[in-house]
Amino acid sequence: MKFGIVRFPGSCDDIDALQAASRVGDAVLLWHADHDLQGVDAVIVPGGFSYGDYLRAGAIARFAPVMVEVEEFARAGGLVLGICNGFQVLCEAHLLPGALLANVSLKFVFRQVELEVVRGAGPFTGACEAGERLSIPVKHTTGRFYAPDPELDRLEASGQVLLRYAPGQNPNGSLRDIAGVCNESRNVFGLMPHPEHAVDPLGGSVDGVKIFESMRAHVEQHVLA
Amino acid sequence: MSNSTYSLDERHRQLGLTDDEYARILDRLGRAPNDVELAMLSLMWSEHCGYKHSRRLLRRLPKEGRHVLMGPGENAGAVDVGGGIAVAFKVESHNHPSAVEPFQGAATGVGGILRDVFAVGARPVAVLDSLRFGEPSSSQRSRYLLDQAVAGIGHYGNSIGVPTVGGEIYFESSYEQNCLVNAMCLGLAPHARLIRSAAAGAGNVVVLLGALTGRDGIGGASVLASAELGEGDEAKRPSVQIGDPFTEKKLLECCLELLDRELLVSLQDLGAAGLTSAASEMASGGGVGLTIDLCQIPLREADMEPFEIMVSESQERMLCVARPECVGALLDVCERWEVLATTIGRVTDSGRLQVLHRGNVVADIPVSVLIDDCPLYDLQPVPPSSDLYGGPEAVLSGDESPADTLLALLGSANLASRRPVFEQYDPIVQSRTVRRPDEADAAVLTLPDGSAIAVSIDGNGRRVACDPRLGAAEAVYECSANLACVGAEPLGLTNCLNFGNPEKPHVAWQLTEAVEGLARACEAFGIPVVGGNVSLYNEAPTGPIFPTPVVGMVGKLPSAARAGQMGFAREGDTIALVGPFEPSLVGSELAKLRGQAPVGELPAADAAALRVVHEAIRARVRAGAFRSAHDIAEGGVAVALAECCVAGGLGASVRLPHGLDPFGEAPGRAFIVSGPAEGLTGFVVIGEVGGEVLRIEDLLELAVCDLREARDSGLAEWV
Repeated sequence: MKFGIVRFPGSCDDIDALQAASRVGDAVLLWHADHDLQGVDAVIVPGGFSYGDYLRAGAIARFAPVMVEVEEFARAGGLVLGICNGFQVLCEAHLLPGALLANVSLKFVFRQVELEVVRGAGPFTGACEAGERLSIPVKHTTGRFYAPDPELDRLEASGQVLLRYAPGQNPNGSLRDIAGVCNESRNVFGLMPHPEHAVDPLGGSVDGVKIFESMRAHVEQHVLA
Repeated sequence: MSNSTYSLDERHRQLGLTDDEYARILDRLGRAPNDVELAMLSLMWSEHCGYKHSRRLLRRLPKEGRHVLMGPGENAGAVDVGGGIAVAFKVESHNHPSAVEPFQGAATGVGGILRDVFAVGARPVAVLDSLRFGEPSSSQRSRYLLDQAVAGIGHYGNSIGVPTVGGEIYFESSYEQNCLVNAMCLGLAPHARLIRSAAAGAGNVVVLLGALTGRDGIGGASVLASAELGEGDEAKRPSVQIGDPFTEKKLLECCLELLDRELLVSLQDLGAAGLTSAASEMASGGGVGLTIDLCQIPLREADMEPFEIMVSESQERMLCVARPECVGALLDVCERWEVLATTIGRVTDSGRLQVLHRGNVVADIPVSVLIDDCPLYDLQPVPPSSDLYGGPEAVLSGDESPADTLLALLGSANLASRRPVFEQYDPIVQSRTVRRPDEADAAVLTLPDGSAIAVSIDGNGRRVACDPRLGAAEAVYECSANLACVGAEPLGLTNCLNFGNPEKPHVAWQLTEAVEGLARACEAFGIPVVGGNVSLYNEAPTGPIFPTPVVGMVGKLPSAARAGQMGFAREGDTIALVGPFEPSLVGSELAKLRGQAPVGELPAADAAALRVVHEAIRARVRAGAFRSAHDIAEGGVAVALAECCVAGGLGASVRLPHGLDPFGEAPGRAFIVSGPAEGLTGFVVIGEVGGEVLRIEDLLELAVCDLREARDSGLAEWV
């Protein structure tokens, strides 16, 4: 099992994601300017401020050369995880539904938050139980998940909402407390919280490992088997 | 030599040079400087670049230590933390820019200190900030400065991916006009990657890396940093630089890769006085000369004058020297990182800084004149004959119950929870952070071998105003105490001396006394000063700021897994009070709330005895004997106990030693520790952890949730 972590200029949590993924498999960095996914089994688009995010978070990164291959990989059913800025990039690339708007506070917010697993099945939350709580930090300025109401209804009905902020924990005003959503095919997942920052007992929580474990289990059962 | 003979105009005065200094320039050059040269000299001889009022005094600070790899004089100091790893660190001020334009002033303060650290080859791994503003309750300006400075720090640090792991904020009316924004950065480097700024090798190539050179920050060092604030500061806004963390992120990664590939001879960041200072310091360090062709420099505005190019403080630029055969590979690395790189000159053996523009020599100055001939002044210290600072408006009458007094202290701007501020910073990026803000007295970051470094920053201007010598020493005690609480041994410190106008005798006295206090405390604790910064002229028309020496201290602990924490951890644990503790209300937070001026005698300290206490705390934290450790600082033992309760979500029942003022202060002297009784032998047991109430016998009884609410609401109101 080999993870590939995309590195844009301005990526900040790329090495963090690399280290976290390395706990459950092999992991390599994928350079933004190369049309090459190096044969990885799953792609992670990490957190940070790709290209400075001066225009709109993720708006430039989606046009990076490597994103051509990431989109092809996703269309072919490959697992793609977008964390924070990566979530924003995947929304901009229309690989995920909805959009991320400025936090209601209009300020950057760092906080350890409690998440509720909505769906304890599938490639990204298969190692979790539905209803389980995960303690994972958020840190962002543009994390308020938004979609029109009918779209939100559809996402919920089709089970695409995988993670919610637990009651009272919503840090950014996300609609319906949505913290992470996947696409219809369930192979692309984006979330604002940072599971790669909840993998080391010294850091307080190891709940984030379950996301990476879920991906590994899925790839080993369905792709490499 | 008569000034009038040479001084045909007053150009030099507008640039901040005195008539005597101008005469000295004429003497050293043997001729009148042209406009470009005068602009360069005025900056290099400014207080900000030349340290002319502080350099002699700073010699008093101890700089030797067995862990020191690089001392003062480089972009940042560095100490050895074992395993072939060095920690480079430095604190620097960006006070006046922040007072004029707080968002960009604070942001570029962070950007500047980050460059200082990667200029020595270290990857920045942590930022801390020391901030001072006027009273938020009564001053809209102070709330604006706080809001914008915090946003600016977050903007830069968060975007570039360096965690902000700690810091401190105090609010006092003396900072109303002249806020303080000090930023500290730590970086990690393999020993072999540490690089100095000294240029070497005639014929080697000088390459400018990073952003375009524009008209921002022209004269920042002399106009802003080396003069008092006053009317018309709005007009100084063009002297404040604009930060671009994305460009600096690329520059950072690019520079570290250039060093890893051994493509550089030397590296220097462009900060105050821009290219002039960077080129002068590189040449001076190596005893060589440099020739720079301004026509090669990529400009943001094509019509910039030569002097503007030479003094521009445009951010996100670095200057490096490379061997000619390495330049091709160097440019390839820069292209990959999308970093602009331009050959702008050569190293020479002339000992002169020569500047060309369109084929003409527009400046030609011996490097020694720029650096070594900067005049150094002895201060004329005189103790103030009357109190310099009045008392603040009283918030408490003194008739309140102990419980109400404690709640008022916890909710005061200076002691309230910093959460509303630190939640705007990313403290965990890079995945090294083991102790986040509010979890322990110092931030703790892991190293690859499982050991860790700890860092703390501190400086209470109110206490330094009472007694500059002891107050400054207390900043060292406090940092050392903070490190002891997580189990870290101090390796070195950096300081930023924020004072008023040193040409005034009472400010000179404050500065002299404070440096003496710092020096003695460092000597007693065996902690070397590896670098720092001086920020003078922090005055408004209403008077000087509190004298504010800020100390940033770095230490090491053998095991990140054993790092101490602040909060009470388990029901039934024994609580002990450790240390020689004879606190008083002089200079205390309670005295402030009661409207008292910062005057009086601070509690004496026996530094040698304190060092032993700190070592004992450190040893037991490392041994795992404690489940919590917290030093008793502002607000005294009552506030310290409340903080331990809130952090751990547990109550406590204690009985204080007879006669101990629960709100009296003596920072860095004593600790509240908790743990199994057998780990606390030899200490004064005062009580037990448990329940949901803090009960101090014969004094007060308060629910932990009420303590938390008081502490949480204090600052949230203003942020």
